[in-house]
Amino acid sequence: MKAIRLLIVLGAMASLLAAQTPAAQNTAPAGSVENGKKIFSAYGCYQCHGYVGQGGGGGARLNPVPLNWPNFTKYVRHPAGQMPPYTAKVVSDQELADIYAYLQSIPKPPDVKSIPILNN
Amino acid sequence: MEKPKKLRLNRRGFLKGAAAGAAALVTPVTGLNAQTQQAAELPPQRGAAGPLTARAIAAETAPVSPDVEVMTEDSPGSDFMVDVMKSLGFEYVAANPGSSFRCLHESLINYGKNSAPELLTCCHEESSIAIADGYFRVEGKPMAAMVHGTVGLQHASMNIYNAFVARVPVFVIAGNTIDATQRRPGVEWNHSVQDAAAMVRDFIKWDDLPISLNHFAESAVRAYKIATTVPHAPVLLVADSDLQEQGIKDRAKLKIPKLTLTRPPAGDSGAVAEVAKLLVAAENPVILSGRFVRTEEGRKLLVELAETLQAPVQGDAKNFPSRHPLSGAGGVRTADVILGLQMDDFWGTVHNYLDQQERSYTSITKPGAKLISISSWDLYTKSNYQDFQRYPEIDIAIAADAEATLPSLIEACKKLITADRRRALDERGKKLAATSEQALQRARTEATYGWDASPVSVPRVWAEMYEAVRTKDWAVVSGDPPRTWNVDKYYQLIDGGGAAAVGSALPTAIGAALGHKKHGRLCIGLQKDGDLMYAPGALWTAAHHKIPLLLVMWNNRAYHQEVMHIQRMANRHQRGITNANIGTTLENPYIDFAGLAKSLGWYSEGPISDPKLLSAALKRSVERVEKGEPALIDVVTQPR
Repeated sequence: MKAIRLLIVLGAMASLLAAQTPAAQNTAPAGSVENGKKIFSAYGCYQCHGYVGQGGGGGARLNPVPLNWPNFTKYVRHPAGQMPPYTAKVVSDQELADIYAYLQSIPKPPDVKSIPILNN
Repeated sequence: MEKPKKLRLNRRGFLKGAAAGAAALVTPVTGLNAQTQQAAELPPQRGAAGPLTARAIAAETAPVSPDVEVMTEDSPGSDFMVDVMKSLGFEYVAANPGSSFRCLHESLINYGKNSAPELLTCCHEESSIAIADGYFRVEGKPMAAMVHGTVGLQHASMNIYNAFVARVPVFVIAGNTIDATQRRPGVEWNHSVQDAAAMVRDFIKWDDLPISLNHFAESAVRAYKIATTVPHAPVLLVADSDLQEQGIKDRAKLKIPKLTLTRPPAGDSGAVAEVAKLLVAAENPVILSGRFVRTEEGRKLLVELAETLQAPVQGDAKNFPSRHPLSGAGGVRTADVILGLQMDDFWGTVHNYLDQQERSYTSITKPGAKLISISSWDLYTKSNYQDFQRYPEIDIAIAADAEATLPSLIEACKKLITADRRRALDERGKKLAATSEQALQRARTEATYGWDASPVSVPRVWAEMYEAVRTKDWAVVSGDPPRTWNVDKYYQLIDGGGAAAVGSALPTAIGAALGHKKHGRLCIGLQKDGDLMYAPGALWTAAHHKIPLLLVMWNNRAYHQEVMHIQRMANRHQRGITNANIGTTLENPYIDFAGLAKSLGWYSEGPISDPKLLSAALKRSVERVEKGEPALIDVVTQPR
């Protein structure tokens, strides 16, 4: 039944993320992909979202980033779900921009049809 | 032929003689050097280790007292205990050797010919219990485990609790020396206890301390019956060492009672009819299946109920074919009737919970949604350990075994379904089938994210594992395979459940693999690194007893859930967010799981960080397992 609860939580998070995605305003400050990758790991983001933002049992998938910049910062600072808050005291706006840049740099995954063992 | 005169020395007789020998020790010791004389004045040493003292030498060489007539025993009480164990049909007994059950141990291997039950040599009592636990989850019948009365039972206690929470019957026999005047000096006192069961009584269903062999037989049969009556749970029987070692006076007067297993209770017919009415009338029902299916027949019954109602089924994957059109669709949020079958935590399933500084809970069900519970948990609840979870507000609660109740519930539903209703239900079924298929495709797509990442993504590991075994008669004995696996047989998964006790998964997997062994199934599991490190000696047990099993390491080099907890606290306190690894990770040095497994008799490969190497390693390892060996592949993985 833990699996059921997890699905419910993930479903709730996905709905919330979708609801907070306005159509416009995607401008983020210029960020360093290299530093973003480094602090994505150092600050523990990878713990729930995976090293390449693939998501999974602990957190939402971040490839592609499901939120525009304003909503991304808003959510990270004051998450509505299970994610712990990352306040400006521990992650600066510039560091968030670096993380955002890193997430946007992650390539798309291969097409599922190109992986035979996933189609059995 | 004349029977040779026996040199019989029973335990009480020996102690009389020992007392006489001790009296001799008060006479001055002559012919010894000063150092030995000094040793002779020291108190007796605890345990058997250490140099022989003058006192010990004297005891060994002193003339035998005329009172001592008996040094052997042809028919110890423990032989009868073995008869009792055989009568109960135990196939195995798992144990780390302990002196408090030395006599029973010897009877099992010689009098009982180490067959049915066969002794499994374990390196930790925690492993003994979990091996018995895992075996039940496959075979559906209890295994016995013997433990030393104090320190052994203390070691065993964590997995006894785990089995209790999972409602798995494990038959524990604890050695103990009750009569204080019969204990050997030193260690045997430390290893004796007035009330051995006290330390685990909160999480076992029943225990007893038999003081005669007939009492032992009756209590053993009673314990077995209680353990296997739903809800199942561990039981404990204390085997007094004196009772084991004293001779049987008259075998003809000993009796093993007949065992009659208690059939599980089915739900009240009136309540079942009420439930059927709600389910048939529901527009969006959902069936939540907890750990209630005990047999392949139970699984078929759940399929029949779901198809009768065209209702989606969520929950324990063992209960329902993963690719059935009604698998995994629907949801608690949209349901108007929620049927929970043997739910561990009904409240937690219908509420959302946020683990922030201010903990908050919200109901996620629709207003007016009806909640129905059919569960044998309601028949047995204890108070100290809090595994019963938060109190759910249920509309209809039936205290009964869910599997035993399904036939009458299916029948009651069928009677209520008119032709018009049948058409409506079938229409709903078509929509659910489409949703279920979409969920499968979504799971496949999700697995592509991080597909080529290093460390290896967990979905990639599962996908490679499935590819390695999918054409064979496989069974997963550790971990929960994702939806991408086609689970269509009851035995392909073991029951989940338990107290999330770290250290239980490895021995449980080994016990489950032992259960599968006689059926020739290829066993595979995803093994967490932190769990394996609690009692890796279980690997040796698997190698020693030739239990074929392929374990693939989920080696994220951390107690990762704890990393996340510490991260949460550091974030909440707005400090040190880069320090969550301290005290939670398994690095510096990294653990060489392949080397560890190899040293304990396993075929092994790794560490593997490149996902492209995994397929070939799995192929080689499967070949070894199919030849009867255990094999382990160490895979360095993403955290979750």
